[in-house]
Amino acid sequence: MSRARRLGRTAVLGVPFVWLLVFFLLPFAVVLKVSLSEPDIAQPPYQPLFGENWEYLGSFANYVFLTEDTLYTTAYLNSIWMAAVATLLCLLIAYPMAYLIARSRPATRLTLLMMVVLPFWTSSLLRIYALIGLLNTTGFINTVLLWLGVISEPIQMMQTDFAVYAGIVMTYLPLMILPLYATLEKLDETLLEASADLGAGGIGTFWQITLPISLPGILAGCLLVFIPAVGEFVIPQLMGGPDQLMIGKVLWTEYFNNRDWPVASAIAIAMLAFLVIPFMILRNAPAMRGEV
Amino acid sequence: MRAGRLWLILAAAFGFAVLYVPLIILIIYSFNASKLVSVWGGWSVRWYGELLSNEQVLQAAWISLQVAVMAATIGTVLGTMTGYVLSRFGRFRLRLLLTGMATAPLVMPDVVTGLSLLLLFIGMEQAIGWPAGRGMLTIVIAHATFCLAFVAVIVQARLTDFDRSIEEAAADLGGRQPWIFLTVTLPVIAPALVAGWLLAFTLSFDDLVISSFVSGPGSSTLPMLVYSKVRLGVSPDINALGSLIVAVVAIGVTLAALQMRWAERRRIADEQRALSEEE
Repeated sequence: MSRARRLGRTAVLGVPFVWLLVFFLLPFAVVLKVSLSEPDIAQPPYQPLFGENWEYLGSFANYVFLTEDTLYTTAYLNSIWMAAVATLLCLLIAYPMAYLIARSRPATRLTLLMMVVLPFWTSSLLRIYALIGLLNTTGFINTVLLWLGVISEPIQMMQTDFAVYAGIVMTYLPLMILPLYATLEKLDETLLEASADLGAGGIGTFWQITLPISLPGILAGCLLVFIPAVGEFVIPQLMGGPDQLMIGKVLWTEYFNNRDWPVASAIAIAMLAFLVIPFMILRNAPAMRGEV
Repeated sequence: MRAGRLWLILAAAFGFAVLYVPLIILIIYSFNASKLVSVWGGWSVRWYGELLSNEQVLQAAWISLQVAVMAATIGTVLGTMTGYVLSRFGRFRLRLLLTGMATAPLVMPDVVTGLSLLLLFIGMEQAIGWPAGRGMLTIVIAHATFCLAFVAVIVQARLTDFDRSIEEAAADLGGRQPWIFLTVTLPVIAPALVAGWLLAFTLSFDDLVISSFVSGPGSSTLPMLVYSKVRLGVSPDINALGSLIVAVVAIGVTLAALQMRWAERRRIADEQRALSEEE
């Protein structure tokens, strides 16, 4: 390899590598550092990690604090639970959609795919706002139901768990459909025919053939929804009740309202520690390596 | 089988309703003359007028537009390099680290990204005096980083499908890098770059959480303004804003679909012509 060529290779690799190192990896080191510091009434509001003679001043006090106050453990567990339920709902709604798209004629398929992608390209914040307009006590659903006389007073849908689930499902649905579609599209029609010829019914064929083949898509889709949903802020903040705890909301409050940066950092590190495992699975998922 | 298909269509229709009913209601209400959401006051374009004469909205939209163009462009250049490296350089040291760093931003919760970048910017300012304060520059850097990851995935996927024999032929004919990349690879992956840039632009234009952490005084983006309005309750001009965005995206997506269908038809026609010429 010539010198110029090696130099070119190094540059092509080096520029994005250094960028990610500085603006993606280094920030986590800083967060880790701040999470070990003591809060302080200063600018910035935390004490240095090392003293004047470089003696180590850090401690795990912030992490201990997180485990002692039930607010944080509750928020943490609640986020994981709600993200898991929302992911399951997403899967149940997305699967028939992906299946129908994969099984339709090419022209229809393109149209339906575009319909899946379109909402994703609009603003998620404005979609949440639209959903609020639908679910509010003065919103569309309640107005129509009242007018029809089905209900005599509005149903409280906002500020409930239901609203948060609805928000997450609506926002992340396309991220579930696309990997599912990618696996189902490759499903060989002859396998289904063979299964039917051998006497399997529709349900039997689904459990024996379709579902196992689409497992990589299910895995990728679930992780793509679950991981960001755990740390979701906008949806629980705007749609959930004030006493409904989710870890993303708690982190935001610690930072913006309480100005407790070390505790906010400790929450971020705790969140990362939990998400590392699903992330590793996702990174090694065949669907993410273009092998589907 | 018939009944099964009917259920399938009904279930899929429910899914599409989840995606579209809120948007359709939003668009209808954007033409509501009444200020109250529950009251229909007749058709009107009043809120569009108020939106477009709102100085604050225009200012925020302008900032968001500038940020999104810059972040998407930087992200596309760096993301293309990353995607290229990951699909063409084979095994090299640090590959695992690069893959991890380029994939993690795809799913990283926004609050974590936002907080960590903010603490980095503050630390850097203390240590080396750059970036001085927070504003558009810090938002662009933050957005470009996640844009990079999305573009890298798209480019890597495109390059994996790529018929490498074309690149090899160019090399056999005496072509050298970077000319092979610029004249052979780039034209083939150009649609993926366009798609990547557009996706990056959209994600940047839409981001609320990361911007809230890393923005400074006077650099409120459009989502930040929308968020503060939504928190105060329903405001009808947001309906108009949402409808405008939906309209722009719908036109764009439709054009893209028509272009894809047209390209597909041309490809089939070309193939048939080639086949008939062979005979």
